[in-house]
Amino acid sequence: MSGESCGLLHAARDDDRVFDRVDYEGPVARWCSGCGDHSVLSAAQRLLAEKQLAPENTVFVSGIGCSSRFPHYMKTYGFHGIHGRALTIATGVKLTRPELDVFVVMGDGDCISIGAGHWVHAVRYNVDMVALLLDNEIYGLTKKQTSPTTPQGYKSNTQPRGSYLPAMNPLEATLGITNASFVAQTAEWIPAHLFATLKAAYEHSGFAFVRILQRCPHFTADIFGEAAKQPDRVEILEGPGGIRVEALDAIYKNKVEHDSSDLAHARALAQDMTAIRLGIFFEDESRPRYEETRSIPQHSAHEKMELLEKEFERYAV
Amino acid sequence: MAVKLPTVGDRTPTDQDVTTYTVDDKSVEIVSDSGEGAQKCGQIFGAVSAKMGNGVWTVEIIPAEVEPPPRNPAGASGIRVRLGSEPVTNWGDETNLVIAFNEQALLGRHRLNALADDATILIENMWATHPDPEIRDQWSAAMEELSEKDYRIVEVPMEDACLDVVDNPRRGKNMFVLGMLAWIYDRDLELCRAQIADAFRKKSPEVTERSHRLLESGYRWAGEHLDFRYRIPTMESKREMVVMNGNEAIALGAVAAGLELAAMYPITPATSVSHMLGDVFERFGGVVHQAEDEIAAAGVSIGASYSGKCAFTITSGPGMALKTEFLGLAIMTEIPLVVVDVQRGGPSTGLPTKVEQSDLLAAIFGQPGDAPHVVVAPATIEECFHVMTTARRIAEVLRTVVIVLSDANLATGVAPYPRPLLSAEWQSTPPDQRPIPEGQRPYDWDPDTGISRRFIPGQLGGEHTVTGLAHDERSKVAYDSAVNVRASTMRSRKLAAFQSTLRPPPVNGDEHGDLLVVGWGSTKGAIEEAVERARREGLAVSSLHLTFLSPLPPGLKEIFSHFTKVMTVEINYSDELGDPFITEQNRRRGQLSWLLRGATLVDVDCWTRVLGEPLRPGKILGAIRDNLPKGGSA
Repeated sequence: MSGESCGLLHAARDDDRVFDRVDYEGPVARWCSGCGDHSVLSAAQRLLAEKQLAPENTVFVSGIGCSSRFPHYMKTYGFHGIHGRALTIATGVKLTRPELDVFVVMGDGDCISIGAGHWVHAVRYNVDMVALLLDNEIYGLTKKQTSPTTPQGYKSNTQPRGSYLPAMNPLEATLGITNASFVAQTAEWIPAHLFATLKAAYEHSGFAFVRILQRCPHFTADIFGEAAKQPDRVEILEGPGGIRVEALDAIYKNKVEHDSSDLAHARALAQDMTAIRLGIFFEDESRPRYEETRSIPQHSAHEKMELLEKEFERYAV
Repeated sequence: MAVKLPTVGDRTPTDQDVTTYTVDDKSVEIVSDSGEGAQKCGQIFGAVSAKMGNGVWTVEIIPAEVEPPPRNPAGASGIRVRLGSEPVTNWGDETNLVIAFNEQALLGRHRLNALADDATILIENMWATHPDPEIRDQWSAAMEELSEKDYRIVEVPMEDACLDVVDNPRRGKNMFVLGMLAWIYDRDLELCRAQIADAFRKKSPEVTERSHRLLESGYRWAGEHLDFRYRIPTMESKREMVVMNGNEAIALGAVAAGLELAAMYPITPATSVSHMLGDVFERFGGVVHQAEDEIAAAGVSIGASYSGKCAFTITSGPGMALKTEFLGLAIMTEIPLVVVDVQRGGPSTGLPTKVEQSDLLAAIFGQPGDAPHVVVAPATIEECFHVMTTARRIAEVLRTVVIVLSDANLATGVAPYPRPLLSAEWQSTPPDQRPIPEGQRPYDWDPDTGISRRFIPGQLGGEHTVTGLAHDERSKVAYDSAVNVRASTMRSRKLAAFQSTLRPPPVNGDEHGDLLVVGWGSTKGAIEEAVERARREGLAVSSLHLTFLSPLPPGLKEIFSHFTKVMTVEINYSDELGDPFITEQNRRRGQLSWLLRGATLVDVDCWTRVLGEPLRPGKILGAIRDNLPKGGSA
């Protein structure tokens, strides 16, 4: 997102404020201890401080689910909406107020299941915002039901003999959507990589889709809880247009060379779900952005009424 | 059967040959296969007639398919134009004049009893001598069936006549018919030409030029062959008038109201509003967002409203069902939103192109949980324009959802109305971006009215998260009973406060009598015409028309108490007493009747029809006669 845009609406404010991370902190989060949501919240607050985003011009939009409580714990504007529909609300915000910085927080059920239609179309609209998919591969708030990203064979309360089908691959799917402009994957248990990815997503001009692999200590501790202890399973994407976090080199030694402008290679890398590949899979800022194509002329009330009078001429008797 | 034409060849008919009937009310139907332009012809004819000073009401007869099989009674496409000396408020009763492009489309209308027993029918006769023997047999069978009635059938070689002007008469026959109508009703040809040019302004000039030649050809043919004309005296109007359909009025009304974002998903019969907006809205600084689905359309409009000016979404019944959860969210978060529901027949996909008023109760009560909001219904095309400003203002002041219930009858009905005297004050004010004073909360409900000031993003000091969860004045999630009771009360109180500003609706006719007919929405014109005719017969009947359905206006119980019987008239389903199993107790009633019984505890009866067409005043008159309480004044 281009943070430097400054609409007339708040140009009048005498703004020499300096924001610290605590300036973005809302009430204490009510997530379980060990939940990956905490890590994402912390990274987001750090990003806002680094970018010095005015809290009143920042909006976090979410759906329903554990992670969708996110906006409540930020000291910005927030919209805790309904299940699966966060992207539609966020699109409405950006269409009318393009100068606002908009972040969308969704869970895997929220984005990939009940909101799948909106996910597909939001990627294509390519409206300038950051969309975070907090993917713990299970329904948490409703107590352990299979989600579209639950691994095949994984037992839940709704599929006690194990998930019947191969898990949905959100990266592969997103990379297949026409007009996708930014697709990345990171993991909440690697805060430095998480932060670097969120920063790149924010700096991207267009719809930045970030899948965040995330532990659920209650219901999928054996999925990413285990992975978090095995740095060897992680492969870091590096190369042109990618992110580089030197501090991680000592622990995460597996690197994959990738040029983020290479969509075919990105798709090939995304296909294999057994590897935990983190980094920017694809970025292309030249893709058309819906809200730019819809930028609208501004008229005063009187000018509009004059135009309307002309319109009525066509219907005059 | 077919009438011998009074004149032949090139001889100009003399005055003796032609009878001119002077009438103050006349309707004509043009029926064809889909795609033959009957509607375009009728629209131009209606607009020209309105411009000449006649009262006009047009109703489109639209099959659900784009191109149903040709020559099929069920696929009849067309338009009815009713002209009057005075303003016309509805489509009237059976039509007196029909122009049919083929006998099967005509049969469709005949079987629906749409034609008066003595109607004059001008019909394309190429089918009588068609090379396909099956078609010739169909023609003969149709003529046999049509002979049940006393129609006067005049055969017209439309296609032959058009061939003088165009190569493909299927495209352009409608303009030939327009020419015939122009002669029959003595329309100003210059006005016709101008109206044609406007109708085809987006097509190549050749289309207009060809249409003009067909118009003249039809006019000439009628003058040389027909023996009747109609004269409908015009009334001088003091006010400047405009003529359009209800969906166009809603679109222009949205612009006048200062609405700047419309999010929609295509659905019949609402879509033409977005066509219109797509054409003009953006020149006014508005955006029409065609969303990926009905739910997204609601979400985008709520997101837009949340962050600035009130937005709106437009749909029909099935779309309303899909938007339900979002309506609850807007009500819960107190985000203003205007929702236009152009009703069609239901349930499910129902009758997509035809009128019904069956979304009423769903619009008021259809959201799970207690979800108080406003429902308002325009009754005329003029009201379709003005209701948008009203709805936007109420939504913003009350911070709630306002549902505007239009219907297919208003959507496609075309009628003139006084040109609005536009006021810049109808526009919404720019979003308030002033900082929020210390201590103010996002839901500081006024205990008397439930109304609070809305904070929008960009306002310093107003940062908070709105939520569909139960919440307190600070917008903090709160599950305790006291907060839930308080918040529920405040949301409901807004409606009571608003209701206190409404006036009792005026009674049409005497305020005392034997029967009060109550209606809402697009049936107003037909009901009032029926009541007027009943009163001329000496019946003690009055009518009442409701604009606000939620909240209902004050004074209803008092008004009802002055009548022996109260009965709703609705385009809705209701069980008939006397049908198997139906009793007073289990009878499923018309939707308005349910509503009024609950609100007033008056035994409100109902007379309803779901014919897939607007109510005819003559049928309502019959219902009035049948339902007068025994021992009444008649």
